[in-house]
Amino acid sequence: MRRFVLAGLAATLMVGPIALEAARAAPAPVELLNVSYDPTRELYRDINDSFAASWKAKTGQDVTIRQSHGGSGAQARSVIEGSPADVVTLALAYDIDSLADKAKLLPATWQSRLPHNSTPYYSTIVFLVRKGNPKGLHDWGDLIKPGVQVITANPKTSGGARWNYLAAWGYANKAYHGDPAKVRDYMTKLLRNVPVLDSGSRGATTTFVQRGQGDVLLAWENEAFLAVNELGKGQFDVVVPSVSIRAEPPVAVVDANVDRKGTRAVATAYLQYLYTRPAQQIIAKNYYRPIDPVVVKQYADKFPRLQLFTIQNFGGWTKAQAAHFADGASFDQIFAAAKH
Amino acid sequence: MATASALPAPGGAGRRKPIFRRRVAMPGLGLTLGVTLLWLGLLVLLPIAAVIVRSLGLGPAHFAEVALSARALAAYRLSFGAALAAAAINGVFGLLIAWVLVRYDFPGKRLAGALVDLPFALPTAVAGIALTAIYANTGIVGGPLGKIGITLAYNPAGVVLALIFIGLPFVVRTVEPVLADLGQDIEEAAATLGASRLIVFRRVLLPEILPALLTGFALAFARGVGEYGSVIFIAGNMPFRSEIAPLLIVTQLEQFDYEGATAIAAVMLVVSFAMLAVINLIQARERTWRNGG
Repeated sequence: MRRFVLAGLAATLMVGPIALEAARAAPAPVELLNVSYDPTRELYRDINDSFAASWKAKTGQDVTIRQSHGGSGAQARSVIEGSPADVVTLALAYDIDSLADKAKLLPATWQSRLPHNSTPYYSTIVFLVRKGNPKGLHDWGDLIKPGVQVITANPKTSGGARWNYLAAWGYANKAYHGDPAKVRDYMTKLLRNVPVLDSGSRGATTTFVQRGQGDVLLAWENEAFLAVNELGKGQFDVVVPSVSIRAEPPVAVVDANVDRKGTRAVATAYLQYLYTRPAQQIIAKNYYRPIDPVVVKQYADKFPRLQLFTIQNFGGWTKAQAAHFADGASFDQIFAAAKH
Repeated sequence: MATASALPAPGGAGRRKPIFRRRVAMPGLGLTLGVTLLWLGLLVLLPIAAVIVRSLGLGPAHFAEVALSARALAAYRLSFGAALAAAAINGVFGLLIAWVLVRYDFPGKRLAGALVDLPFALPTAVAGIALTAIYANTGIVGGPLGKIGITLAYNPAGVVLALIFIGLPFVVRTVEPVLADLGQDIEEAAATLGASRLIVFRRVLLPEILPALLTGFALAFARGVGEYGSVIFIAGNMPFRSEIAPLLIVTQLEQFDYEGATAIAAVMLVVSFAMLAVINLIQARERTWRNGG
């Protein structure tokens, strides 16, 4: 017993000064919480390692970043209800807007604080089909053929599904030259072909990939590439439609939380890091589309070119939300019609 | 009520002794009753009152718009209908299982008894995912069934299936002790007096176990109405068709519509309460009928 005590004492005497020295040189370690949406797990795991190394080199401080993932709307709600998120990286601007509207956690002008409308990467909506594309689905028009089963999540609860819905709407609007009756008819036929409505994007992917439901999954491009290259190698093909939506998942520092925790500097640096070249490389490797022109060129052959419209074609998120996803708006109306 | 206030009881309040002053043979009644009321108040009554109060903040027009919309009505119909169907099916098969577990000895009986309790213990999401994997048209049971035109996943049948799973132990575990108490000799006595098997069941067995069976039915039903975790994986969640009311509540929450969510919850609360009251009434009626005749 005494021997252990002596050994412990000796160890403390030897290690103590070293630890003290280290503590004096380096600022206390810091922890950040990044509240994100469903499919960014892999992306931020890579980004976090890279940022932690860069921050340590620059300031000597250790930073640990914890991640939280889930449906974008549910994640926003958890932050409103008190989750101590330092930064949010959600599927669409509307969910971050709700943090400003409902809880005043950040200013309403948050989106102008970082370059490119606070969107360091973007993606689009593509089709994931079974290997060899047995139903011959090449563009949005093919999805409303009788007997085709389309898997998507519920746009009222899933951010990704809202992009899906608007992408289809945008295609129809273009194909039918803005004729509202024909656009509605297209959307009704499309929803009639949906057999299962999961509440989140990952749930829809599981239904399509693991449960084998449906002929085509409307998916984030990054999620589709992940399914083709990693989840079910050799079982699926990605089909890129003629036109789709530029799906922009923005990022923001949550002012109320970083001020309380004293983490504003490191949280801001974390988001700014997303725009640097090393981070943009990681972004492209994780199948998100980069915005740094050099990295764009470097990965040009990885991302198929297609015509992209944006949320601005719908008048921005507030308008799109009210016109399509609020209670009694277009989705509810079309769904009520499609059930007959 | 009017007659009660018009005709004061003879003797007035003076003759009735207040319940708390009277000496009761049972020790510690005041303390235990107090704890009971506090417990029920804090854990049951307060949250439920909060639901009602919050939903009342909505105003009657908006309340009706959210809680009585066509989509919500379809969801109630599914939730209550599927819970009733599942409880009824569990009533039949739960009774059968309880009877087998009480009356027969067979190898693996203890294991079978433990299996019955599994739905109590299993996280419901696990149950939902497992049921979906097996009964979807790619699963080992759903595949062959699909070939003969029966689909049990991603439609209302899937909802009933999940509710049968989670409700089974309620019926088995409430009926089992009553059956065990009953003793095999009563059945045998009836048989020696010349009763056919059906008569033994209908005239001897069923009257004795009916109260327990009804309790089990009510528990399974109540559990099914509120069930969320296992159902959402297998239901398909299509509005108007396979969307359960608890999912609609979660959907409202995710749209930051807390009042709308509580409005739907309040409707479910009232309907559940009414249905449980009816079941209790049947039980009471049955008891007096038996005591009287």
